[in-house]
Amino acid sequence: MEFGLSQDQLLLDNSVRKFLSAEVPLDAIRSLAAGEGSDASVWRGLADMGLAGVLIPEAHGGAEMGMLDAVVIAEALGYAACPGPFLSTAVMASYLLKEAGATDSLARMATGEYRVGIAFSDVIGAHKGQVTESDSKLSGQSLFAFDAEADAYLVALADGQVLMIEASEVTRTPLTTIDKTRSVCELTFDASPACLVTDDMALLKQTIVRGRAVQAADTLGAAQYMLDQAVAYSLERKQFNRVVGSFQAVKHMCAEMASQLEPSRAFVWYAGHAFDEVTADAAATACHAKAHLAEVGQFVAKTSTEVHGGMGFTDLLGLHYWFKRIGFNRQLLGSPEAVRHEAAVLQGLCE
Amino acid sequence: MDLTYGAEYDVFREEVKAFIREHKHRQPQPGDGFRSQALKDWQSALIEHGYHSRTVPRDYGGYGAEPDIIKSRIISEEFAAERVHRGFNGQGVTMLTPVLLEMGTEEQKQTFVAPTIKADIIWCQGYSEPGAGSDLASLTTKAELDGEEWVINGQKIWTSTAHHADWMFCLVRTEPDAPKHLGISFLLFRMDTPGIEIRPLVDMTGDANFNEVFFTDVRVPKHQIVGERGQGWQVANAVLGHERSSLATPDAATIRLNGVKRLMREERISGQPIIDNAIFRDRLMKLEGRVLAMQYNDMRLLSAKINRNQDVRLAKMIVKLIGTELRHEIECLGIDVMGEIGLSYGDNPHVKGLGSWQYQYMFYLGLIIGGGTSQIQKNIISERGLGMPKEPKMSVAEKAVKGA
Repeated sequence: MEFGLSQDQLLLDNSVRKFLSAEVPLDAIRSLAAGEGSDASVWRGLADMGLAGVLIPEAHGGAEMGMLDAVVIAEALGYAACPGPFLSTAVMASYLLKEAGATDSLARMATGEYRVGIAFSDVIGAHKGQVTESDSKLSGQSLFAFDAEADAYLVALADGQVLMIEASEVTRTPLTTIDKTRSVCELTFDASPACLVTDDMALLKQTIVRGRAVQAADTLGAAQYMLDQAVAYSLERKQFNRVVGSFQAVKHMCAEMASQLEPSRAFVWYAGHAFDEVTADAAATACHAKAHLAEVGQFVAKTSTEVHGGMGFTDLLGLHYWFKRIGFNRQLLGSPEAVRHEAAVLQGLCE
Repeated sequence: MDLTYGAEYDVFREEVKAFIREHKHRQPQPGDGFRSQALKDWQSALIEHGYHSRTVPRDYGGYGAEPDIIKSRIISEEFAAERVHRGFNGQGVTMLTPVLLEMGTEEQKQTFVAPTIKADIIWCQGYSEPGAGSDLASLTTKAELDGEEWVINGQKIWTSTAHHADWMFCLVRTEPDAPKHLGISFLLFRMDTPGIEIRPLVDMTGDANFNEVFFTDVRVPKHQIVGERGQGWQVANAVLGHERSSLATPDAATIRLNGVKRLMREERISGQPIIDNAIFRDRLMKLEGRVLAMQYNDMRLLSAKINRNQDVRLAKMIVKLIGTELRHEIECLGIDVMGEIGLSYGDNPHVKGLGSWQYQYMFYLGLIIGGGTSQIQKNIISERGLGMPKEPKMSVAEKAVKGA
């Protein structure tokens, strides 16, 4: 019995974090947020380490690892507020295409050269029933498709069909959100030719809950960064001739953050592991993990900012990028209330 | 990540199941107190088969097994699944016995361990004092040596089971001139020793779960000390570490949460099943998420006992704080979903579900405070877990100004 990360997973975690601290400094996040540069080189670097193909079979050039590995990677990406299409291309699209047997694009996805975005707002989110299909041609709109630089999109319809469409066939309008480390857009279809990937609603749902587990891990990483920063700042900043971290009020804020984050770590690991071991509770666990991390993340984001005092509110420290990332994760793929409702449905407490 | 226990444990699990099948009918019934013959017989049967005092050496009346975390876990799982009585586990069993085995003299082990685990001697713990709560080491109950006897004077408070106990293990100040942590000793004495007065302390639940204990010239044989003079603080700390985490087990939280779930599915308020109320359902799901987090945290702690290279210090430190607060909120939901019915208490015939929601709601507030308050837990977490500085000591000048 061993509940924890394997030696391989610890090595993976270590190498991803080392790469990110070198390649994604705060300046890089600032440039990207200002609309300068792109995340292409970072994504290529991550792909070279095998991360883009984490769930893709070796036969298609992937690393063929598991969901727990994906969770470990996502936690590191969240810690660094790293941009890029890990959630969309490496997790959700890779899983869905592989399971549907639509393997043509997988090899190019594994190398990082081909990005497949997710446009599921017809099924989840606040824009249901806005896309129609006729003769494999799509019409209507999909909101909050991620990311905005994808080469193609998987578009889900309310009846469970998922179609793949090349980016060149759609009109893309970038949407500004609070989180500049992620890009989302509105897709407009006008009898745009697409290709049916699956009509299996169960597979679509399995894809969504996997995305949720990975998002929970991203929030965990981002929140851990904010706690670490809060503790470090409180040990530097002096008022009344003392470091503010020696005041009990501040210490208790940090203790409360740590107390909520530490069990969340075990939770997120389990959520990833549950998919690898095909346990019956995997989907409900992923929903619970996403909702739980949304709440814990929100608490940590607020509390850490407060520990930083006025500096936390400024742009100078850049702490707000993590605050916003946590806020973004809270809503995308379902608000905490929405996913808790699903957890209740999955155990038969309601319809 | 490997959450299986391994095939070699399947045989053991079958043994436990077989024991439960054969012996379950002999377990104590509600109303059988810890002095009852039924409990003592059950306790003996559990020890004989290794389901109580499993790792206590045979020489001292235990089962004498090598420590095996997974086997202990399997026993817990099977007993919980069949709702089988775990035997008597008072403070003498859970807290004093490990201390005696580690720090007691051979004579003390021979004298006390076997009767303690068989529930022939019931113990109470004399730690807290009116002036020494969170700052326990400032305790002032003193013991002075007079010939071959300690003479104890002072007062203890929060002494659970004092009115039932045969013996007390107690912290007293024996070295008044030493620094506060180094002046304490750990004494054992009978509760019927002349000079001991017990007064029940009625708490907000209406019960007297605790007592005050007063000592006036209580004379105790000199050799009834565990460890050396002045070492009592180390002895007490080893024990307190155990107490904290056992106050808030996620398994118990899961049982209560399932109780709320059952209540919400089975009961109707104004004709509507409670579970159909989206607001209450969301509160239930929110709590379920928090309970799951603590369950997986607990699995991680279990794993770290087996795989010694895993660092779980922080994961362990937070259990008492989060676990007791969580439990308080679970009980609160059990009350809230019933509205006015939730006010029912004691013998009120309208009490629903597992009942006792109000009682547990109050009792867990007591546990948030007891065993190291939530605020003390946060000090420990920030200082030992996050490396933040201790509260600076007041200077002599400041003390003079504040009249300390």
